[in-house]
Amino acid sequence: MAETIFDTIAVNQALDTMAKSMAADEVYIIGIQRGGSEVADALQHRLKKTDITIHRGNLDISFYRDDLDTIGPNPEVRRSELPFDMTDKHIYLVDDVLYTGRTIRAALGEIFDYGRPATVRLVVLVDRGGHELPIAADITGLSHHAKAGQSVKLNNDPNGWTIELRQVKK
Amino acid sequence: MKSFKHLFGIADLSREQIEYLVNLGDSFIDINRRPLKKAPTLRGKTVINLFFENSTRTRTSFELAGKRLSADVINISASTSATSKGETLLDTGQTLAAMQPHVVVIRHSLAGTCEFLAEYLDNTAIVNAGDGAHEHPTQILTDLLTLKQAWGSPEGKTITIVGDIAHSRVARSHLLAAKKLGYNMRVVAPKTLLPAEVERYGCEVYYDFDEALPGSDAVYMLRIQTERLTDACAFPSVREYHEAYGLNAKRLRAAGDDCLVLHPGPMNRGVEIATDVADSVKSHILSQVEYGVAVRMAVLAALCGGEGGDES
Repeated sequence: MAETIFDTIAVNQALDTMAKSMAADEVYIIGIQRGGSEVADALQHRLKKTDITIHRGNLDISFYRDDLDTIGPNPEVRRSELPFDMTDKHIYLVDDVLYTGRTIRAALGEIFDYGRPATVRLVVLVDRGGHELPIAADITGLSHHAKAGQSVKLNNDPNGWTIELRQVKK
Repeated sequence: MKSFKHLFGIADLSREQIEYLVNLGDSFIDINRRPLKKAPTLRGKTVINLFFENSTRTRTSFELAGKRLSADVINISASTSATSKGETLLDTGQTLAAMQPHVVVIRHSLAGTCEFLAEYLDNTAIVNAGDGAHEHPTQILTDLLTLKQAWGSPEGKTITIVGDIAHSRVARSHLLAAKKLGYNMRVVAPKTLLPAEVERYGCEVYYDFDEALPGSDAVYMLRIQTERLTDACAFPSVREYHEAYGLNAKRLRAAGDDCLVLHPGPMNRGVEIATDVADSVKSHILSQVEYGVAVRMAVLAALCGGEGGDES
């Protein structure tokens, strides 16, 4: 059974605040497929209302995961699109939910295979705790301390986004 | 979808599996085009290329595919291996398997070599890189990825394959794939270079190249496999063969501007393809080579992956 832990109003407010703290003359945003790309789109939409130049990319980290043996290659791989040179740029790396940190580790590996950015800052809509690596977000929209065995998901409801908590394992 | 244990041939694959490998190959194309051509997908895996027949494209692309995904790749060719000292195929296979590779890629002149070895080698995935005139699955996956870029789906299209059909594992694998994916095949060759009862694959048979051209969406030229010809009089002369079955400028015009020209390589200029045509359609043939690396990355990743399942 799913429980809504953040409603649409809370999610929208969080996105507004996140976008505000990202504002600069030029912004480079990379979303992690798929949830992170959707959050990156939402942030881009908010930043567009000002006169900020936005460079947008997407990253699919399927080939950089450390668990190929157990899951097999991701059947739905999307292409990574990084239409700008990252060298010496300040990059915002965006994901929907920060959990173990393994996705972020894989994403950093892939980013550095494309170029050498000046900085990479991590932006997440929800930090659910349970980190397994020394990785923390620089900009966090919402925080909820979920237990192991619980799943925190961005729910793309037609009436707006919500964050749901589900019990997946006992 | 059933996970992959070995890749013996198109015959064993379902439509879903073929499409999965082609789509996975599509997503690997980018890695081969960016400045740093390496991803850590197969870190810690070992791939052995065991080639008993000559090869430039297939061996190099398997080697690059493995290396670009961070696997350790070892190449063995028959001329430099203990086979030349009299070791049997099975002993060579078991010796290599004892060194615990994850994947062994095999090319051999005998049909069924991979299936035979797989029975004896546990815990090793085997990939067929061409076995006699039997199958060459990664070439067909390569062609399908090339065609995907041009057409999206091959369904309903007509591919005309011309030349030494009798000895061509590429032709045979394509005929099998065509049935599963719903494209039409026309085979064009003199009777001496056609296998007996080729119609049973559900293809149209032509002895006249010019008759087969109208309505072809792609023309696929094959090399005469002189190394496999048992009959020295399959055709009167190379010149006559070229006149009747070679792709020249006139035939290329008749095929139309939208018709793709494919060739699995190596090309024999002046035999199945005229030199000027070879140069003008080189781009398609070189695309095939490029996508061949991506498709082989997909094959290695699929064989080294687990049972499959959702992303966690």
